Amino acid sequence: MSMHTLSVLVENVPGVLARVSGLFSRRGFNIESLAVGPTENPEVSRMTIVVAVEEQPLEQVTKQLNKLVNVIKIVELDPDSSVQRDLLLVKVRADATVRSQVLETVEMFRAKVVDVSPEAVTVEATGTHDKLNALMRMLEPYGVRELVKSGMVALGRGARSITANSTR
Amino acid sequence: MTSATSRSESGSAGDTGATDASEASRKSSQPNGPRPKPTPPAGTPVRVTGAQSLVRALEAVGSEVVFGIPGGTILPAYDPLLDSTKVRHVLVRHEQAAGHAATGYAQATGKVGVCMATSGPGATNLVTPLADANMDSVPLVAITGQQTRALIGTDAFQEADICGITMPITKHNFLVTDPADIPRVIAEAFHLAATGRPGPVLVDIPKDVLQETTSFAWPPEMTLPGYRPTLRPHGKQVREAARLISQSRRPVLYVGGGVLKAEASEELAELAELTGIPVATTLMARGAFPDSHDHHVGMPGMHGSVSAVAAMQRADLLLALGARFDDRVTGRLDSFAPEATVVHADIDPAEISKNRKADVPIVGDCKEILRELIEAVKFEHDRGDRPDLTAWWTQINSWRDTFPAGYEWPDDGALAPQYVIERIGALVGPDAYYAAGVGQHQMWAAQFIKYDNPRSWINSGGLGTMGFAVPAAMGAQFAHPGAQVWAIDGDGCFQMTNQELATCALEGAPIKVAVINNGNLGMVRQWQNLFYAERYSNTDLGTHKHRIPDFALLAESLGCAGLRCETADEVDDVIKQAMAIDDRPVVIDFVVGKDAQVWPMVGPGASNDEVMAARGIRPLFDDDDVADGPASGGVVADRAVTDVRGEQ
Repeated sequence: MSMHTLSVLVENVPGVLARVSGLFSRRGFNIESLAVGPTENPEVSRMTIVVAVEEQPLEQVTKQLNKLVNVIKIVELDPDSSVQRDLLLVKVRADATVRSQVLETVEMFRAKVVDVSPEAVTVEATGTHDKLNALMRMLEPYGVRELVKSGMVALGRGARSITANSTR
Repeated sequence: MTSATSRSESGSAGDTGATDASEASRKSSQPNGPRPKPTPPAGTPVRVTGAQSLVRALEAVGSEVVFGIPGGTILPAYDPLLDSTKVRHVLVRHEQAAGHAATGYAQATGKVGVCMATSGPGATNLVTPLADANMDSVPLVAITGQQTRALIGTDAFQEADICGITMPITKHNFLVTDPADIPRVIAEAFHLAATGRPGPVLVDIPKDVLQETTSFAWPPEMTLPGYRPTLRPHGKQVREAARLISQSRRPVLYVGGGVLKAEASEELAELAELTGIPVATTLMARGAFPDSHDHHVGMPGMHGSVSAVAAMQRADLLLALGARFDDRVTGRLDSFAPEATVVHADIDPAEISKNRKADVPIVGDCKEILRELIEAVKFEHDRGDRPDLTAWWTQINSWRDTFPAGYEWPDDGALAPQYVIERIGALVGPDAYYAAGVGQHQMWAAQFIKYDNPRSWINSGGLGTMGFAVPAAMGAQFAHPGAQVWAIDGDGCFQMTNQELATCALEGAPIKVAVINNGNLGMVRQWQNLFYAERYSNTDLGTHKHRIPDFALLAESLGCAGLRCETADEVDDVIKQAMAIDDRPVVIDFVVGKDAQVWPMVGPGASNDEVMAARGIRPLFDDDDVADGPASGGVVADRAVTDVRGEQ
């Protein structure tokens, strides 16, 4: 199984997330991550869906997605020719004895501390899957209280856009 | 794409401007008639309620018949419906029947079928017909009432999230939250249902949206940025298909329901005659190519003819047109048509290479594809590339001659169900419409009635919905009031939906129902006989043993003529008697033997190579000398049928 990143332009209408996610589960695919938000055009939302799937079933699920009336366009983004980022928020135990070490790690990963309390810090980091995993390996020994990820978002490299001429 | 006026390809959507104009001119031509009210020009909004807007929109898209049942939340829509002179509402007895009747209407005409139900149980009763229409690509619009907007999500009385429920079984669905959207949503619903790969569309409208005052203007502007079906095929792919045809020695046209949907029967016949290629029509495509045509080799699949199954299995080129390589056609997929290059033409790109990899994929409307393919083949012919199919036809004819459709009479002297169905087909003829339920009778009706006309065979193929026949026949009868419409039904199926005979009797749909009464759930019994060591668990319905119900008496009580036939020499008379009755529906209880089986058969999970012409007779087994002359392998009758028990 290999990871594939799909960028899906959809109409910004109620129910569209259920239609898309329902299609994946109905046809037996597991979504690794799904991020959705509005685009430069308020009538269009963009979903970034990461799935672990072989080529042939991927083609089938892409075709089925395309059949959804609210789906406008689907593009598979190749990791080499796109920028892919995940946002991580993690709450790490960091009392006075280890705080400086935690902060040093945060610094090294060019992450930042966005909340602090006597017992813990909350760290914000963005990056690829690999970078965030590496950061987590470093932070886990201190004790992770909570963790949340936004899901991967991605844009193709270069000047071209998948949204141009896609909505009419 | 964004305007309702661009719906020219749908074929079903009426151009209201024109309708209103002709209506007006008809009225003005009557000297003493009332002065026609000046029709507001198209596009001028008028003040109406949401419900009036709905009915006007239904009139505008050209709906003639709506099948449905009123109830709490859809009540506002039924009020203006009472006044509509263009839309006739047929009050059915169960919402499931409303859905199947709309399907029967759609399958018999190609127009969009419409059904209507209230919220909650009314809407959930439409789930089966929607799933059925989705599997068989039937253009359907279902309109359901919904609880008022403020109550949605509160588990209010008769509330069901029907949009959520039907999401996987509709082409699309809408929850209307603003009455101003009604004309646009109805226009879009009909457009989606009828165009591209047709399918069911559900429109859910809260009661207060129907009651609110809004404005109505027609035509509305459609906004479907994500819906752009491909109609014109890719020229290069079509030329490649033609090149393969010119090189093939054992080609087969594998024709599915898409050819009927595309109204492409004429083009198909032209291509078949131009090339001499044998034609197999699937269960969904019976009638797309005349059975009486010499090029027709039968129906493929689990209960297909030996000639069709064998021809596809031994083909070097499969031309799949509007077909989807269903498991009931292919048998075990990895051994299906092993030597064939596959040209797969379909309007739905998701069907192509879904089950069997297509060597030449062609996305487009079958009518367009066939037109272009005919031209491309002519071009090949002009260059002198025209294959000799004589050896192939010799092979096919030997299969046809050795294994024609046939049946044996039961040993116990009971009536053969196949004979009954064969006689109905012979006496009623190819100009009638035939609907079937699901099971043995359906397969026999597909095998033993000769279909020469598109849309004359109406059945539930993909979902296999028992109880389909009576309501579907009713829908077909409303579409073609003067035609003979026969429901070939089983005693099991008939007991699921026969209540609609009351509708037929009261609303003037004199359908004929042939109940092929073998006292059992026949197809299930056949599987128990073949694969479950003749242990008949829960398949005896008691309609023989106890005559409960008595179908003839039941028919009478539902306002129909009830007839019964138990012997072969009564069959023709009773069919003629039924044909002569046109003032009410007719039910004939054909009491037939319970042990008759559907043959040929490819066992579940078995390869099509193991097609059995009859029990233990496998024409293709060890027969690999194909197209070198007549079948040399001959008939191998050995391994027991139970060996092929496998996945279902």
